Amino acid sequence: MMASNYNAKEEDGHQPAAIGHGGAGTVKNKKPDNTAFKQQRLPAWQPILTAGTVLPAFFVIGLIFIPIGIGLFVTSNNIQELEIDYTGVDMSSPCYNCSQSYSWNSTKPCLCSVPFFLDQPFESNVFMYYGLSNFYQNHRRYVKSRDDSQLNGDKASLTSPSKECEPYRTSDNKPIAPCGAIANSLFNDTLELYYIDPNGSRTAIPLVKKGIAWWTDKHVKFRNPGGNDNNLTVVFQGTSKPVNWRKSVYELDPSDPDNNGFINEDFIVWMRTAALPTFRKLYRIIHKKTNMTPTLPLGQYILEVTYNYPVRSFEGRKRMILSTISWMGGKNPFLGIAYITVGSVCFFLGIVLLIIHHKYGNRNHSADIPS
Amino acid sequence: MGSLLSQLGLECGGKDVREKERHLRANDRELNLSYKYADNAIKTSKYNIFTFLPLNLFEQFQRLANAYFLFLLCLQSIPEVSSLPWYTTVVPLVLVLSMTMAKDSSDDMNRHRCDKQVNNRKVEILIGGDLSLILLYLSLLLQADLLLLSSSEPLNLVYIETAELDGETNLKVKQALTVTGKLEDSIEKLANFNGEVRCEPPNNRLDKFTGTLTLNGETYSLDNERILLRGCTLRNTQWCFGLVVFGGPDTKLMQNCGRTTFKRTSIDRLMNVLVLNIFGFLMIMCLILAIGNGIWEYQEGSKFAAFLPKGVNAPFSAFLTFWSYVIILNTVVPISLYISVEIIRLGNSFYINWDRKMYYPKSDTPAEARTTTLNEELGQIKYIFSDKTGTLTQNIMTFNKCSINGKSYGEPWQKVDFSWNNLADPKFCFHDNSLVEEVREGNPEVQAFFRLLALCHTVMPEEKKEGELYYQAQSPDEGALVTAARNFGFVFRSRTPERITVVEMGELVTYELLAVLDFNNVRKRMSVIVRSPEGKLTLYCKGADTIIFERLNPSCSNLTEVTTEHLNEFAGEGLRTLALAYKDIDPEYMEDWKLRHHEANTAMDEREEKLDALYEEIEKGLQLLGSTAVEDKLQDGVPQTIEQLSKADIKIWVLTGDKQETAENIGYSCNMLRDEMNEVFIVLKHHSTWNSISLVFHEQSFITFLLPIPPHLTLPPPSLSTQAFALEKDMEMELLRTACMCQTVICCRVTPLQKAQVVELVKKYKQAVTLAVGDGANDVSMIKAAHIGVGISGQEGMQAVLSSDYSFAQFRYLQRLLLVHGRWSYLRMCKFLRYFFYKNFTFTFVHFWYGFFCGFSAQTVYDEWFITLYNLVYTALPVLSLSLLDQDVNDWWSFQYPQLYTPGQLNQYFSKRAFVYTVLHSGYSSLVLFFIPWAAMYDTVRDDGKEIVDYQSFALLAQTCLLIAVSIQLGLDTHYWTAVNQFFLWGSLSVYFAVIFTMYSNGMFLTLISSFPFIGTARNSLNQPNVWLTMLLTSILCVLPVVAYRFLRILLWPTINDKVRGRGSTHLSLVRQDKVLPPAPRRVQARRTSTRRSGYAFSHAQGYGDLVTSGKFLRRTPKSRPALFSQTDSPLAQTQPQSYRTISEWEEPPLSP
Repeated sequence: MMASNYNAKEEDGHQPAAIGHGGAGTVKNKKPDNTAFKQQRLPAWQPILTAGTVLPAFFVIGLIFIPIGIGLFVTSNNIQELEIDYTGVDMSSPCYNCSQSYSWNSTKPCLCSVPFFLDQPFESNVFMYYGLSNFYQNHRRYVKSRDDSQLNGDKASLTSPSKECEPYRTSDNKPIAPCGAIANSLFNDTLELYYIDPNGSRTAIPLVKKGIAWWTDKHVKFRNPGGNDNNLTVVFQGTSKPVNWRKSVYELDPSDPDNNGFINEDFIVWMRTAALPTFRKLYRIIHKKTNMTPTLPLGQYILEVTYNYPVRSFEGRKRMILSTISWMGGKNPFLGIAYITVGSVCFFLGIVLLIIHHKYGNRNHSADIPS
Repeated sequence: MGSLLSQLGLECGGKDVREKERHLRANDRELNLSYKYADNAIKTSKYNIFTFLPLNLFEQFQRLANAYFLFLLCLQSIPEVSSLPWYTTVVPLVLVLSMTMAKDSSDDMNRHRCDKQVNNRKVEILIGGDLSLILLYLSLLLQADLLLLSSSEPLNLVYIETAELDGETNLKVKQALTVTGKLEDSIEKLANFNGEVRCEPPNNRLDKFTGTLTLNGETYSLDNERILLRGCTLRNTQWCFGLVVFGGPDTKLMQNCGRTTFKRTSIDRLMNVLVLNIFGFLMIMCLILAIGNGIWEYQEGSKFAAFLPKGVNAPFSAFLTFWSYVIILNTVVPISLYISVEIIRLGNSFYINWDRKMYYPKSDTPAEARTTTLNEELGQIKYIFSDKTGTLTQNIMTFNKCSINGKSYGEPWQKVDFSWNNLADPKFCFHDNSLVEEVREGNPEVQAFFRLLALCHTVMPEEKKEGELYYQAQSPDEGALVTAARNFGFVFRSRTPERITVVEMGELVTYELLAVLDFNNVRKRMSVIVRSPEGKLTLYCKGADTIIFERLNPSCSNLTEVTTEHLNEFAGEGLRTLALAYKDIDPEYMEDWKLRHHEANTAMDEREEKLDALYEEIEKGLQLLGSTAVEDKLQDGVPQTIEQLSKADIKIWVLTGDKQETAENIGYSCNMLRDEMNEVFIVLKHHSTWNSISLVFHEQSFITFLLPIPPHLTLPPPSLSTQAFALEKDMEMELLRTACMCQTVICCRVTPLQKAQVVELVKKYKQAVTLAVGDGANDVSMIKAAHIGVGISGQEGMQAVLSSDYSFAQFRYLQRLLLVHGRWSYLRMCKFLRYFFYKNFTFTFVHFWYGFFCGFSAQTVYDEWFITLYNLVYTALPVLSLSLLDQDVNDWWSFQYPQLYTPGQLNQYFSKRAFVYTVLHSGYSSLVLFFIPWAAMYDTVRDDGKEIVDYQSFALLAQTCLLIAVSIQLGLDTHYWTAVNQFFLWGSLSVYFAVIFTMYSNGMFLTLISSFPFIGTARNSLNQPNVWLTMLLTSILCVLPVVAYRFLRILLWPTINDKVRGRGSTHLSLVRQDKVLPPAPRRVQARRTSTRRSGYAFSHAQGYGDLVTSGKFLRRTPKSRPALFSQTDSPLAQTQPQSYRTISEWEEPPLSP
């Protein structure tokens, strides 16, 4: 019929080059290039959600997650951890007096000793943490109140710290080193641990204070001005100590030049601000001595606290934590439980979907597409 | 031309006061200049090289999003508020501004080029001295409204074609005033011509012109007859002189074009609404957090003051925090949204330009997306308004079939060889040899049939060389019929007012033409009375079958029956039919009749009526000869396209300036009208062709609804307002309701402006997306009015294409534009928006949750660099590749199942509901992404006992979890995984890891200590197994519900897309081969026998009979003008007096049937 001389070939776009007007064959015509990209014919993988892919995926995820979860849970549970709150909120608490009387301005250290009993020996290396609660180290005004250049040993920043440090930038017209609110609020309790022999004698547990900070922090991010060889007292001359500090930055560990000044590891650890208001920070490490004896044998211990740090004002808590660690870090049962739960839900969903598929799956026969 | 015309005295100027009258004087530039009339130049460009930067920046900052970011930038400069460093805003803002600027500058460069092209079209103009006249040549498209002064033709006639204006292809005649006609082509006289024209101000009435010409103290009235409008084409006229009356935007054509409005898609509008809602939402979030901050400062902060840098009091702190959170949470209204949307649209536009399946080799025309901002709207079209001539049809008539003396000819058999006839038109083809045999054997009826065709018409022959005949037909139908007669051996050779010379089977015969009983729309027939050389008087008549059959001699009732059957067949095939009859006339009666005819012709009153009565009297007792069937050739694939589109639930309305019969006929031939439909209603038949609209409704069962419509739907008097309102307000709703109940709507006799009004009507009340497709200048207004305008680049000039949003060469490409490109664009845009909002909301909500754990202090969860780069680098390319490459089903399936198109019409993929769903989804994801890492990291340490829950490590964990989760979500949304998608997705993730390791490296830290404080975080965190386990957990938890939901949805409530996709996967091999076949034409024209419908259609106008007989139409040798034509273009031409510019307008082939 005359109306239907509809040319499929021409539509197909694979015709040889059209005969242009004017006949000049050399003239490039405007026919678009026949590339897969331009014609939107790029080869592609077109996955669709079918019972054949979705259901096995659910079962596989379930089957993988549950064992992982169990493994994590067991690992977490095997970690030994002891937590002692020495804030001194209760009247009965040994540190109650210190917590009541203490403020930043006192000059006399307040000591208190907290006895505790270890009913299980800690076999491997033990890590000693101090933990703070309700302490907003992640507050914006707090987080930005530091000068990384100064901490990196920049001489110019030492004498004129960044404005971010305000109001802890200068004191008595002298620049503060280290400046800023973070440094100013450095945790300054001293914790010591004593083992009480059954015969009653106290043995001090050796606490290692180095190796507690990140390597990058210790070696790259924090540097003393003028290198570590110089006399820090000279270097820091003309600067003022942070207002809350008892001693200057170059007196943090006078015994060890490698742990003094800005590269004091306690200081570095504190300067790595926590993400959440409840956090723990590594304080000391108790290395395992020999293979025979546990690092911390079971028995009676005393925690000697030099109580300097006031947290009562903001209802904060201070804790001392002794913990062993595993391949997945510290004790936290959440991941294990979450994996088990998610795995089970997956498995369960898989079964439910399978049932639904068996019941209604025949609906999806493509034959019934209306055309 | 603009520069030239401005010398004519039509300077462009601001029209503060509404012009009451136009006054100009030929050859007096100073006077003309003083009025500051519009220049003929058309300016569309916006900038020049100096104004570009300030203007463009000014414009860009007028956009809400950009202004908002500028405001953010200001906020960030306040240290108390600034929660993010300046670069997080500046980097994206600069990027966005510069990209937009690049696009704008290239757009404006194009506009400059176009303007230059349009404005530099050349015509010959008499300048120098104080000459200000225009000279035109044959086949020229007029570029301004002219007052005709003189022409090469006798009686100062010019012939013009107005297809650009109204779509009618027949010739029209204009005549100059005798007084100006005397000027002829004498430059001397023209130069001294100092007539003064006073006329109406510019308006959009194409049929009316009033004014006066004052020459030598005498005043002559001017009417429409003297005016040549821009857009007309000069035909049959060697040259003419004219005086420019209206130029450029003042021309009637331009006044009729309707206003250009900035088109926006419905998604755009939805997006704006959403963005406003998001702003509100953002404010609420900030308010909650600010209140939280106030409470926190009051309860905790005050006690914590010893540790914090000194703060301010709680209410003020809350106020500051509010703004800080405005900065942090600004990612809910990401600036990159707009730029990405633009890029996606641009990309999808390029696909249209690149599509070989929309490339028309015959005219070497690829499809073109002229507007790059409307693509997704192509996937939502509900109504298509189509022009007829040149859009659905090729505007070519072919003599296809005929029925002679009860025998039907023309069944396609084999091509007939006309080589025996040396006067035959080589382009003509016919497929039934038996007819040639009959005519050569001398079958008297067949010969009479063709003799009639050769005699009864108003065609003008033109014989440039011996034997090379060109017919200037006033209607293409007549051209086809006369050409058919010519090829079958009855060659119409020449005519004078009294004689018609025909070569009958090689033999020269001259007939004496006694009378022409002209055609008009009431009579629906025309006749001629001729005297053969033998002295026999015969009346030949052709016309509508119904009319002719009433006037037949009863003796041919048998023949009538057979012919009727044939006519039904022809009509069923959508052919345009005419019945032919003749009658021998008694010479004495003729003498008497002629006398009476002369009397009637000279009668002062009731001339028309008297003539009609006379015609009626003589056209009686006719002998039926047969019928002709002319095909108004449709463009290729039109019926199939229309069928496909209607399967996609798209309503197609045909709006044409043409006659009702013609339009209906096309309706049948392209399957829009079918015989089982009832012709329901004709709203109005007004006398004036320009001011009436008649709608033909076709529907099966809704007749009752049509009754309440009053029989008149008239216009207000046009004089009241220049913006004629076609449809009265109170009728609009009735009209629309009726029209929408019908399956097919065809509007005939609509003016360009009315076309636009019909479109506006539907736009206004139906809340549907409309598309207008047309090819001529008369379609410009509706192309501009519709949401999307499509121009067919055909024969009718470029006006439609220039104002269209998309253009291509063939109507059938429309289905590919809509069903494939439109569908994909819509799908991609919706996917993009859903995903984009998802990823940004998820990103932002995590900050919201973190607010509760950081004392509402506007501390960010993520690294500042991550915030800067998240939208611009880490997630930009994968989502772009998704939204440029994704296909849920390929084009083959889109054609197979046009129903796949309907979700777009219903706004299913992106709506407010989908948006709310997206927000809820992000809410869930953000909860997972914050609280899982929070719980997993709570109070824990690294595997060497050192810190892991520090702020920096937590930020790294949270951002990595987020990025992985949104990448997986992207993967789930991707249906079409090409190598590009894979590359961008994996590439972006790799880039992320590369960037964090680089930024957190020693080197970066030591170079710029304050900017890269995260040193070592990546190294220290990403080697921890619990970090990776947390990421895995969050990813699975984010994805799990989505997969389960989607799986269930496909299982229980599958959409057609799911089904087709499911099917597609089993037919993957087929799909991969990409054997895209056009849908098989399922419907062969059903032969219709039951109902009777006349196939009559004849695009002829009244008045040509008079022309033919009066001799006006006859050509004598044109007055020659050798001196002028030899002048060539030279740079001096403008300054030298008495010179002409030479024409370099494109040449069109002479009109031949």
